[in-house]
Amino acid sequence: MNARRIVAVFGAALVAAFALPFVLPSNYAVNVAAMILFTAFLGQSWNIAGGFAGQTSFGHVVFFGTGAYASTILQVAWGWNPWLGWIAAALAGGVVGLAIGALAFRAGLRGSYFALVTLAFAEVFRILANSAEFTRGGLGILIPSDPRAANLQFKDPVWFYWIALALLALSLAVAAWLKRSRFGAQLAAIRENEDAARALGIDVFRAKTICLGISGAMAAAGGTFYAQKYLYVDPSIAYGVEKSVEMLLVSMIGGAGTVFGPLVGAAVLGGVGEITRSFAAGQGLSLVVYGAILVAIVAWLPDGLIGVFARRGGARRGRDA
Amino acid sequence: MLNFDIVLAGTVNGLAAGAIYVLVAVGLTLIYGVLHIINFAHGSLLMLAMYAVFFLFTRARIDPYLALPLVVAGSFALGYVLYRFLIGRFAHGKDENILLITLGLSIILDNLALFFFTGDTQTIDVPHASGIVEIGPAFLPKAKVIAFFAALGLCAALGAYIGRSDMGKAIRAVARERQGARLVGIDVEHVFAVSYGIGIACLGAAACLLMPSFYVSPSSGHAFVLIAFTTVVLGGMGSFLGALLGGFVIGITESLGGLFLGEQLGQIGISLIFILILLLRPTGLFGGGR
Repeated sequence: MNARRIVAVFGAALVAAFALPFVLPSNYAVNVAAMILFTAFLGQSWNIAGGFAGQTSFGHVVFFGTGAYASTILQVAWGWNPWLGWIAAALAGGVVGLAIGALAFRAGLRGSYFALVTLAFAEVFRILANSAEFTRGGLGILIPSDPRAANLQFKDPVWFYWIALALLALSLAVAAWLKRSRFGAQLAAIRENEDAARALGIDVFRAKTICLGISGAMAAAGGTFYAQKYLYVDPSIAYGVEKSVEMLLVSMIGGAGTVFGPLVGAAVLGGVGEITRSFAAGQGLSLVVYGAILVAIVAWLPDGLIGVFARRGGARRGRDA
Repeated sequence: MLNFDIVLAGTVNGLAAGAIYVLVAVGLTLIYGVLHIINFAHGSLLMLAMYAVFFLFTRARIDPYLALPLVVAGSFALGYVLYRFLIGRFAHGKDENILLITLGLSIILDNLALFFFTGDTQTIDVPHASGIVEIGPAFLPKAKVIAFFAALGLCAALGAYIGRSDMGKAIRAVARERQGARLVGIDVEHVFAVSYGIGIACLGAAACLLMPSFYVSPSSGHAFVLIAFTTVVLGGMGSFLGALLGGFVIGITESLGGLFLGEQLGQIGISLIFILILLLRPTGLFGGGR
């Protein structure tokens, strides 16, 4: 596909997605759709580091939670407007990403070791949020309800749908840029063979650190969205391991390192979630299915579900999907 | 205020907890040392073994200490089968892949437990293991004292097995030079599966010793996984002696952290040690390199 056709298809899909809430039967359905788009966005933030650069993270909530807390505290304790707080939150997430990246990559942590250290960072942040004064510890922080657009609060769930759609579109643009840009090519080289990339003259440390910064800023923006939607944040929501796993799952299942992988993954997980919910109450079963899908994907479909379609479209295109 | 006796008591308490961590970590480090894979499902498999102990006690009235041989044998069999039919097939590619597979396994196990056993925490009450033992300034539950000595005894037995037996010799040979081991006629895949099985059998033993003084819930696995990794990383991945020392250091850190920083903030010590070791000395205290 040439660039113009991609833009046309993408634009048409965006318009269709924008109009989707008008044909959905209920607010519940709009909510489910909004959460699928939002999960796809979070998955994309993971994918920027975990997929494109191959830096598998087990603790991406460290950014998500930082964003959720940053905007909430600025808003509740400092009286900031949440829109402004949102930008500050993304910046905070970016800084945390750069800091963790600088520390971990300077120490030469790769592969599983990088994954485990991110898990430990998330745990440190969770414990700190649980005991610090300004996060109100385990009580969490309640955002006073005042549904006005200026407050980034809405009565009608459709607005969160549209915001999630905008976030997702933005993240897809970032991913598409990574696919085509020089920086993205550097990340791909690092993912495939870090030593070879270094031998080619790529500043591996710098590229990986910046990449984690971008990824962190995106996840933090997601944290603010979540806090504004539920008007509440506490340590286990913000820094719980479940969200880290969810981000990793949608990206891995859809196809890590692809532009549309996280969206495919989020749609599949959302669908599985709705189906298992109709069979049995509780979250347990759907996560069992997710875990099984993850094992199967890693074992047999390293390019994710999207790889299956890409392979049909001709092996030549492979990861271009 | 804090005085010396309280610190000493905290240390003794930490040592007692540490012995269990040693047992958990020895299994993890053995799997890493031989197979070079990071078993993220370690905590979840421990949780599973703890439920086994719980149900053997509540349904079949089998004493957890008498159940030990049974649970250890069952855990070994489970580990062997898991390796042969799942993990072993994918164990020798990129190391993140096996991490992701064992993560998937732990998600499956945790949530199956949540579905079948509910999220409630479960405890068992073993009359002959209840009561308090006085050790210097410390008062320890009898079950913890039993666990301390039993865990050390089991580690010594395992060390002797790896050091003396033919299978132990084969395991060490495979850990050092798998191609060479294959050439002299060792069934490497079998040795891999046995090593993984032994690693999981350690969890079975730990579960029997833990349950009389601890509790189990579907999230228990997650609570233990970071402790186990910290212990192993601290001592050096693959180092037996390192796991032994690491376990005690972690136990004491946890106990004293709770004493000085309080219940909530005290947990931070383990994660901080983990991060600092990885950033500053990733080979651990005894490791010979990655």
